[in-house]
Amino acid sequence: MSMHEIRVAVNGEKKEAEVESRLLLVHLLREVFRLTGTHIGCDTTHCGACTVLLDGHPVKSCTVLAVQADGREVMTVEGLEKDGKLHPIQEGFFQEHGLQCGYCTPGMMMTGYALLETNADPSEMDVRRAISGNLCRCTGYVNIVKSVRHAAAAARAK
Amino acid sequence: MIPGPFDYHSPKTLSEAVGLLSQHKGEAKVLSGGQSLLPLLKLRLGTAGHLVDIGRIPGLEYIKEEGGMLKIGGRTRESALEASDIVRKKYPILADTAAVIADPIVRNLATVGGNLAHGDPANDHPATMLAVGAQVVATGPKGERTIPIDGFFTGLFETALEPDEILTEIRIPAPAGKSGGAYVKLERKVGDFATAAAAAHVTLGAGGEVSRAGIALTNAGPTPIKAEAAEKYLQGKKPDAAAISEAARLASQAAQPEADRRGSVEYKREMARVLTTRALKKAVERAQGA
Repeated sequence: MSMHEIRVAVNGEKKEAEVESRLLLVHLLREVFRLTGTHIGCDTTHCGACTVLLDGHPVKSCTVLAVQADGREVMTVEGLEKDGKLHPIQEGFFQEHGLQCGYCTPGMMMTGYALLETNADPSEMDVRRAISGNLCRCTGYVNIVKSVRHAAAAARAK
Repeated sequence: MIPGPFDYHSPKTLSEAVGLLSQHKGEAKVLSGGQSLLPLLKLRLGTAGHLVDIGRIPGLEYIKEEGGMLKIGGRTRESALEASDIVRKKYPILADTAAVIADPIVRNLATVGGNLAHGDPANDHPATMLAVGAQVVATGPKGERTIPIDGFFTGLFETALEPDEILTEIRIPAPAGKSGGAYVKLERKVGDFATAAAAAHVTLGAGGEVSRAGIALTNAGPTPIKAEAAEKYLQGKKPDAAAISEAARLASQAAQPEADRRGSVEYKREMARVLTTRALKKAVERAQGA
């Protein structure tokens, strides 16, 4: 089995690691870089709890090899907050009670963040379509949709 | 879950990738988007001694019209297909298909070539490609060869690709005259494989009769099913409700579904009939509006 020296920019910070071929991106983030905000849910590409941005696009980090991220940019939920100030998407989930148990939340917020990058005023259907690969087992979708739209409105008001 | 051990290779050129596949023939798998392969390796349903990642080879992601054909690079992401203006305007059957594959996050990595090369009869592109009469380009040690899609799916998870070939391009005939297609899928939820799904593509002659029909079914047997009897039946006929209904009945007879959590054999066959009817209706509407 081959080992690989990789360099990944995580939340703007350059990081290096030596990884086995089979190490998954989510394990690199959680166990090597100790960024445990990204959750492992189903581990079978269904639930989206492990969603992070790879070069700006949401991906399920349980279904990407760490070595595939070599030389690329990863953004995790830890990258949302800036200088102690919550990102509008985090503020939205806080204000609209977008979480119950909180397990799916990091993935929901990363997908929501990516949606707002391309759509400043998403309709309810736009949000529902965007998060259709993220499961909330508390079934709290109504408030999750409100949270993302709250964030969109806040960002537009800026 | 962690995959079994393998060596990972990240070639920078196509010839280097083909060389690695030849060198490790039979032990190597191509890693494209990885959205089928990695789950398979994680669940240990499959093993590979070597993964050849084609992700860093330039020039494998494109959608362009050239020489009377739509050419799609093998590593083109499903999300790119879904968003492509030319696909949405001129090849709506492809946009229909891309939009129902897995979920939007998976589609950011999943590739069109991978969806075909995986040889999974539950995947959505195979039926569409059968309906439109696509060709795939395979690149191997001896260069490129073109494989008609009709002969591409040889068995369950098996295709006409050699172990040292990479699916580098998909070619679809540009719409000729009045033609149109549609893909309709029944799924329990976003991200599930089809309970049943049908692809239909028709070309209409000057008098409005069907001059060519392509009909195929997803997840209805060990390979994607081309409903040849239904295609032949429509040939030369006006695509009215009665003709569509009979073609859909013939298509459902070609289905060989197995009972599972998604339904009984009878239910799936009936759904194949209903969905073929809907796909044909939409295809005819689109052809008449073309």
